[in-house]
Amino acid sequence: MSMVFAPQLAEAAPTSHAGASWSPYDNNGGTCVAIAGGDYCVIAADTRMSTGFSILTRDHSKIHQITEKCVLASSGFQADIRALQKNLDARHQIYQHQHSKQMSCPAMAQLLSNTLYYKRFFPYYAFNVLGGLDTEGKGCVYTYDAVGSYERSGYSSQGSGQTLIMPVLDNQLKSASPLVLPPRESSTPLTESEAVDLIKDTFASAAERDIYTGDGVEIVIINKNGIRRETMPLKRD
Amino acid sequence: MNPSKVELEAHCIDHNAKLVCLSRDPVCQVVFHFHGLLSTSQTQFSDCRGRSLDPCAIAAMDFSNFQAPGMYPYHASASKQAEKSYVDHPIMGPHSSSFTLMPSAPTTHTQYPYVTGTSVLGIKYKDGVLLAADTAGSYGSTVRYKSVERLKPVGKTTVLGASGEISDFQAINQMLEQLVTKDFMWDDGNNLGPVEIHNYLNRVMYNRRNKFDPLWNSLVLGGVKNGEKYLGVVTMIGVHYVDDHVATGFGNHLARPIFRDEWRPDLTLEEAVALLEKCMLVLFYRDRSAVNKFQIANITDGGVQITEPYALQTNWSLKAFENPTAGAVGSW
Repeated sequence: MSMVFAPQLAEAAPTSHAGASWSPYDNNGGTCVAIAGGDYCVIAADTRMSTGFSILTRDHSKIHQITEKCVLASSGFQADIRALQKNLDARHQIYQHQHSKQMSCPAMAQLLSNTLYYKRFFPYYAFNVLGGLDTEGKGCVYTYDAVGSYERSGYSSQGSGQTLIMPVLDNQLKSASPLVLPPRESSTPLTESEAVDLIKDTFASAAERDIYTGDGVEIVIINKNGIRRETMPLKRD
Repeated sequence: MNPSKVELEAHCIDHNAKLVCLSRDPVCQVVFHFHGLLSTSQTQFSDCRGRSLDPCAIAAMDFSNFQAPGMYPYHASASKQAEKSYVDHPIMGPHSSSFTLMPSAPTTHTQYPYVTGTSVLGIKYKDGVLLAADTAGSYGSTVRYKSVERLKPVGKTTVLGASGEISDFQAINQMLEQLVTKDFMWDDGNNLGPVEIHNYLNRVMYNRRNKFDPLWNSLVLGGVKNGEKYLGVVTMIGVHYVDDHVATGFGNHLARPIFRDEWRPDLTLEEAVALLEKCMLVLFYRDRSAVNKFQIANITDGGVQITEPYALQTNWSLKAFENPTAGAVGSW
């Protein structure tokens, strides 16, 4: 390996990543779900953090409250998720300083999309579900891919157990089909406690078959009275 | 000869010559930050008595004010002192394992570790936190260094243990020393606790990963501050978590299951040490990079204590070790 000297130039030489033997990404697993109701929103995520076939910790929260009425649940690469949460927190602080009020959930939804797309060419490996109350106090759920494409819907799931949970929600929530015309409200007609019970059932089912989902589920409920948290243990195998 | 006291004489010999390799030993990597020096000159380094210097001595010198006589006076910019950039920073600044004359040739970053430490274990117990690590530094499959201290105190409240590349661990310790010094200089009665150090290391590791130039370590942070016990991990790509018991590397596979079975929040110091020693022994039996020479760090509200290295009793006459290949396909 011969070395020749070069001065510190103003612009750095292009970097080659060829032959890299390590990956900057890892999947730490987990599943997130959110359900919007007429005047509430339920956001839930399991508490298992894994890498490869190992469990790193059984008690790690994937849910992050950004504003008073807006909660972010993310699964995927945990380091990117934490960086994304800090990024949004910082931006929200600036917003509050500039506007003397908190960001609304739809505004935060747009900010999250832009933040993700900003790193379009080295993405945050985070699969997000944003839940909260919109400006009219109705439940809203926004669902994202890793580079920021998003959509408001009545319910959603992301993460390793997504494909196991989504069909159950489609079947049980009794929400209007997104394909029906004229377009109808997609939030569920279920009550808050029925929605919470359904969440517990879906996570218990997902934990049976998805190895990355288990240990416990953390459920956050937002309604006009504020924010409430519940936890439920899941199978630890 | 103390490298920092050597006087430097540079001779400009041939403006178009390339500089030859100073060191082929990948372990003694020489990192330079050159300011104000033309790349096309050949430069030869000697001390004031005319003896040429070995690479490690040159590496230890400070080149920030270097200006050779007889060369084109390419002065560093006047605002060099004013600008606060990462160009000179020992950790966050650019590192290269190969330099080039041609500006268009790409720089590369280290892709794999050289001298590595194996697992670090950590558990909380009734009165504090315990960390354990062996003292081996492996060079691939060779156990090259047998007295590497992989547990280091940080301030008065925390201990940092590292597995992975030892030189990166040493660099991290230098950074933390600067951090702790700055913290001391505030003189405000407060000091950085394990939570703050964990967050700091977390950000450092993640930001290095973002630049595709990681510090190749898995770090374990254990500490006690104001009676609160804290135990966390940060990996080389920035993944981090806290738990009642943690391990890096092989420890995740061999030690965590034992912790999950036998750990309790009210372990006494003796019970906790026994649990750690049991796991270290398992790792010694089954991890080929482990040696039978360990240190245990104990952090309580009263402070940090790290034991001198010691060995455990091994028992190779276990039935499982007799005739290990008996019955295996292809064995005789």
